[in-house]
Amino acid sequence: MFQAVFRTVSVIAVLVCTLLLAIPTAAADTVDVRIGYLQWIPDPGPVLSNVLPEPEDAGLRGAELATADNSTTGKFLGHNYALVSRMADSQQATIDAFEALQEQGIELFVVNAPADTLLALMDKADADTLVFNAGVADDSLRTSECHNNLLHSAPSYAMLTDALNQWLQMRRWNEVFLITGPTEADVAWANAFRRSAKRFGVDIVEDKPWTFDADLRRTASKELPLFTQARAYDAVVVADVRGDFGEYVPFNTWLPRPVVGTQGMSPVAWHRVVESWGAAQLQSRFQELAGRDMNSADYAAWAAVRSVGTAVTQIGQADASSVRQLILSDRFQLAGFKGRKLTYRQWNGQLRQPIPLVHPRGLVATAPFEGFIHPRTEMDTLGFDEPESTCRING
Amino acid sequence: MKSLLRKTALATLIGLSAPAMASLAYVSNEKDNTLSVIDTETMEVIDTIDVGARPRGILLSKDFTKLYICASDDDTVQVLDLATRKIIDTLPSGEDPEQFALHPNNKHLYIANEDDAIVTVVDVDTKIVLAQIDVGIEPEGMAVSPDGKWAVNTSETTSMLHWINTETFEIEKNIVVGQRPRHVEFSDDSKIAWASAEIGGTVHIIDVDKLEQIHEISFKVPGVNQDRVQPVGIELTSDGEYAFVALGPSNHVAVVDAQSYEVLDYLLVGSRVWQLDLNKDETQLYTTNGVSGDVSVIDIEDMKVIKSIKVGRYPWGVVIDPNS
Repeated sequence: MFQAVFRTVSVIAVLVCTLLLAIPTAAADTVDVRIGYLQWIPDPGPVLSNVLPEPEDAGLRGAELATADNSTTGKFLGHNYALVSRMADSQQATIDAFEALQEQGIELFVVNAPADTLLALMDKADADTLVFNAGVADDSLRTSECHNNLLHSAPSYAMLTDALNQWLQMRRWNEVFLITGPTEADVAWANAFRRSAKRFGVDIVEDKPWTFDADLRRTASKELPLFTQARAYDAVVVADVRGDFGEYVPFNTWLPRPVVGTQGMSPVAWHRVVESWGAAQLQSRFQELAGRDMNSADYAAWAAVRSVGTAVTQIGQADASSVRQLILSDRFQLAGFKGRKLTYRQWNGQLRQPIPLVHPRGLVATAPFEGFIHPRTEMDTLGFDEPESTCRING
Repeated sequence: MKSLLRKTALATLIGLSAPAMASLAYVSNEKDNTLSVIDTETMEVIDTIDVGARPRGILLSKDFTKLYICASDDDTVQVLDLATRKIIDTLPSGEDPEQFALHPNNKHLYIANEDDAIVTVVDVDTKIVLAQIDVGIEPEGMAVSPDGKWAVNTSETTSMLHWINTETFEIEKNIVVGQRPRHVEFSDDSKIAWASAEIGGTVHIIDVDKLEQIHEISFKVPGVNQDRVQPVGIELTSDGEYAFVALGPSNHVAVVDAQSYEVLDYLLVGSRVWQLDLNKDETQLYTTNGVSGDVSVIDIEDMKVIKSIKVGRYPWGVVIDPNS
C-alpha cells in the first residue's frame, strides 16, 4: 500500500524524464577511418622570452593520442583508425598536402595552421570534406568567414578573453591596464579583450601599445615600472601571443598588481595543471606518448580527432557527411575531461568548452563561473552567441 | 497527502528495521592519502589511518576482516587488517588501480587499471595474477554479479561495458553506453545491472540474461544546469525498492524507484558527490562529496540529509562494515 501511494505521488510531483535516444548497438561491419592531420607553424620571429621554447610537435602529438584512444575503442567494434600526418613548411606546401590527401580519398582533416592558410585550404576543399580547425583562434572565423564544412575545436580569442573578463568581474577587479604587443595576433587578442571587457563591465583605464625593443631580461625591472605608471588599476592585462615581452611584466609593474592575459594568469584550452574530471589520466597518457606535457594545441587536435571517433562509434559510419551531421546534432557529446559534455555550436561549428585559467604551476579557476547565465548552456557565455555571428553553417 | 505518505513510510520502515547497531564507515581520501573511520552511531570521525598514495576504490573482504584499498599512485592494492587498522599486505595490481570488485568466492579480485586499459585478476590468497584482460581506455567501474558469473568493467573514454566471463576471463560482450561510464551495480538476484554514464548524464539498465539495455534513465535536477548532472556512484536497496544515484557536481543524490525506474526525488548533499554506501539495516546512506571534503548521511526513512561529516581532502570511496 505504501508503495502504491508513493508511486502516485511521485508521478504527480516528480519530474521524470526518460530519454528515448537509443544508442545504436555496435555495427559488426569493419569501418576504416582515415584522418588527415596538417600542420604548418610559421616561425614567430625572434622573441625576447626564448628561455623555454614551445614544442615543435604541439598539436600533432594530441592527434596521435586521440588516434590511439579511438583505436582502443575501435578494436571492440571493428573500426580501424589511421592518422595520416603531414608537417608542412609553407602555406603552399600545406595546401598541396591537403589536395594530395583528398585525392587519396581522405575526407576528414584536422588542420593546425594560420588563418590565411586555413582559408586558402578551405577554398580547395571538396564538398564532402570535413575540416577541424585546431590552431586558429581568430574571431572572424567564428563570426563571418564561415564554411559549412569547417568546425573549430580550438577556442576563439573571444572565448579566452570572455573567460578572463568573467573572472575579473567575479573578483571585482574592474579596472585594468592593457598592454598590447605589435603583432597581428596581439592586436586580435587585445580586440577580443576589449569586446569582452565591455561585455562584462570591466574598465580599461589605460590602453598602451608595447613599443620598446630593449632586452628585458636585463632591463625589465627598470623599463616596466615606468611603462605601467598610472593612478590606479586592479590588474595588468598583457596581449603578447607569441611570448615576446610578456613574461617580464609580472612583478615589474608600477603598482603591486597581478598580471593576467597571455602571460601571468592565462585563459587556455588546456594546460598541464588541469587534473580534475579524469584529466589526470589524459595527462599521463599524453606524457607517456610524447614525453612532454600536453598543451592547448595538443588538446585542440586531440578533441578534433576524438570528435570523429566518438561520432563513428555512435553511427558506425565514417563518411564526412554522416560524421558532420551527427556532430552538429543534439545527439553528439564529447567527453573532453573538462567536467562537462562538449558540443559544437550549430551556427558556427565552434566546440563549446570550459576555459581553465592557469598560472605556470597551478589552476586558478575554470570559466564559465556561477552567476553568468545563459538560456541554452552556461558555456555559451564564452565566445560568440548565435545573434552575434552571421554564420549559419547548419542551414 | 505528503504528510500522510511520510507517516505511512515511517510506520512501515520502523516496523521493519532492527535496532541500530554501531558500525564503522571507512572513507578513502584521495588527496590526503588517508582513510577516515566514522562511527555511524555517533556520526563522528574516530580515527584517520595513513595509507598509500591516492587511495580511491575501497572494498571489504566477504568475511569483513580486511579492507582492500586501491592506492592508485603507488600502483598497488593494499590490504588493511580491520582489527588492528594496520596495512598487513599488498597485492600486485597492475598500474594505477582505480576501482575493483571481489568475486563471491572471496578470492578473485578484479582490478581496473586506469592507465593501462587492462583489467587485472588477482588471487588474493596466493597473490598470483590470474589474468590480464584488454579493455577500453580508462577502465574505471568494476562489478562482479552476486551469482559470480559476470565481471563487468566500464571504460570511460571508450564508453563501453565489457562483460567478462569469470570462468574463462574473456570478454563475451561489449555494450556501448553514454559517455564516460563510471560505475556498475548489480541487483541482488543478478538479473539487472545498473550502469552510470557521467558525461552522458544517464543511467543504463541492462537485462543480464539478454545482455541488452532495457531502459535508460535521465535526470533533471530543478535549478541545476543539465550539464552539471553527472551520475557516478549507484547503490541499490536489497529489497529491490530503491536505487540511489550520486549526481556529481549537481550536488544531489537521485532517489529512483528500482522497479519502474522513475526518479522519485533529489536530495541535496555536499559538492561533487561521487560514491555511496548503505549501512547494514539500510536505514542510512553515506555519500562521499569530493569537492566539499565531507560525507553526507541520508536518513532513508525520511529521505532527508541529516548530517554532514568533515573528512579528509577529496573523499572518494565509502564502505560501511556491517560487522563491526
